Amino acid sequence: MSHRTFALEDLRRILIVAAGADESVDLHGDIIDTGFEELGYESLALLETGGLIEREFGVSLEDSMVDMHTPRALIEAVNILLSETVA
Amino acid sequence: MSGGGETPVTTGVVVTGLGIVAPNGLGLRDFWSAARTGRSGIGRITHFDPGQYPARLAGEVPGFVAERHLPGRLIPQTDRMTRLALVATDWALRDAGVRPADRGEFDMGVITASASGGFEFGQGELRKLWSRGSRYVSAYQSFAWFYAVNSGQISIRNGMKGPSGVVVSDQAGGLDAVAQARRQIRKGTGLVVSGAVDASICPWGWVAQFASGRLSTSDDPDAAYLPFDRRASGQVAGEGGAILIMESAENALARGARVYGEIAGYGATFDPNPTGGRGAGLRKAMELALTDAGLAPGQVDVVFADAAGIPELDLAEARAITDLFGPCGVPVTAPKTMTGRLYSGAGPLDLATALLGMEEGLIPPTVNVEPSPSYQLDLVVGQPRAAQLCTALVLARGDGGFNSAMLLRRCRRNPTGPTTADSF
Repeated sequence: MSHRTFALEDLRRILIVAAGADESVDLHGDIIDTGFEELGYESLALLETGGLIEREFGVSLEDSMVDMHTPRALIEAVNILLSETVA
Repeated sequence: MSGGGETPVTTGVVVTGLGIVAPNGLGLRDFWSAARTGRSGIGRITHFDPGQYPARLAGEVPGFVAERHLPGRLIPQTDRMTRLALVATDWALRDAGVRPADRGEFDMGVITASASGGFEFGQGELRKLWSRGSRYVSAYQSFAWFYAVNSGQISIRNGMKGPSGVVVSDQAGGLDAVAQARRQIRKGTGLVVSGAVDASICPWGWVAQFASGRLSTSDDPDAAYLPFDRRASGQVAGEGGAILIMESAENALARGARVYGEIAGYGATFDPNPTGGRGAGLRKAMELALTDAGLAPGQVDVVFADAAGIPELDLAEARAITDLFGPCGVPVTAPKTMTGRLYSGAGPLDLATALLGMEEGLIPPTVNVEPSPSYQLDLVVGQPRAAQLCTALVLARGDGGFNSAMLLRRCRRNPTGPTTADSF
């Protein structure tokens, strides 16, 4: 079984489905270290985003979404969970 | 109309902006051009296939594409009724010449009404819950289907943190919300966004509405909703409503705002137990509104009827009107025959229609109806009627016994003017 990874492009796609995009933010720009709050996503938007990631990638983020303040932190956390799942 | 012997209102709580989303017109201009000429928006349901349902006609708001009007962040978290309410609010604020960002956030409130909440959104999420499991339910289900969601989203979008809330009293609720807004303005809030928008033309909402036993099963859009007609056999439901910007007259005049009219009087009653023999409370609600406004029945220029389209309810309303005004004693109209009954949106839409009618000097017609003479109402049917309107009384009844009456006043007749007999 190949090791599936969670990329920034996956996050962009899921954010838009889960919570839409703020017109004043360029989601396709360099956002990897930009805070979610600055990107226009409040806690509920992140909760919904986490739910979609869980369903699509088969991981369980539980309550850890509240600690993910940037795309980089979230992507790293999801990839650690994915590697654990494969192992 | 500010003709001879009339002066505009300069005190009280006034309406300075209107936003309209109605089955016969999206936006004030479209709506008024339809309403003033009697163009109906009732037709076969298109939001879902109504073929297997006993009621198949509705008044649907045409041509509304939310993405054209609202930011992308709001789409995944809103029901159709909230999208319509947010856009109607944008339009109402623009109509009033108000930029919320320029005003104190605690000096602006939001008080709307709701009859059913976000049913379409709720239906989708409940379907996910039962077919796929709780992990598939949107986090936004936590508020998107609540009664209060329109007030909440309007408040957030426009940065309005003053007194806010929602009133739930079925079709009477729209007037009750405007009355609550008036209370808050009297207590000192500078501006309140009020009115209501309901929209639940989805299978779940439809089943709930059909349970009232009042929906017409006719397939003829011109014969399904005929209040005060011998053929009356039920109602058509619709979606939409109106949002009103309300301010004190003092504030409105100070900023040079255009004033549509004043919320001059209001009365609300609850029907007693029908077995107790005390009769329905609609007449009392009208009397309370007149007393509140300091007006006599003879000073009311037009009545916008609740117009149930159910014979016993039509009779009760006609009796209440003729008891107070005399047989054929006041022009009566029901423009909702063009839209269907909009639940909490109905009262605010009638208020908006009345204010537009006052501005133009015209009573929009009741369509399709041949009035039964037994009701003894001077019903404005077929064609609009030209009339100098200084005042209008709007009635709304909610399922379960709610009665509300609201009096609008556009101008005060000068005691020395040519209309002395009616002077205030």
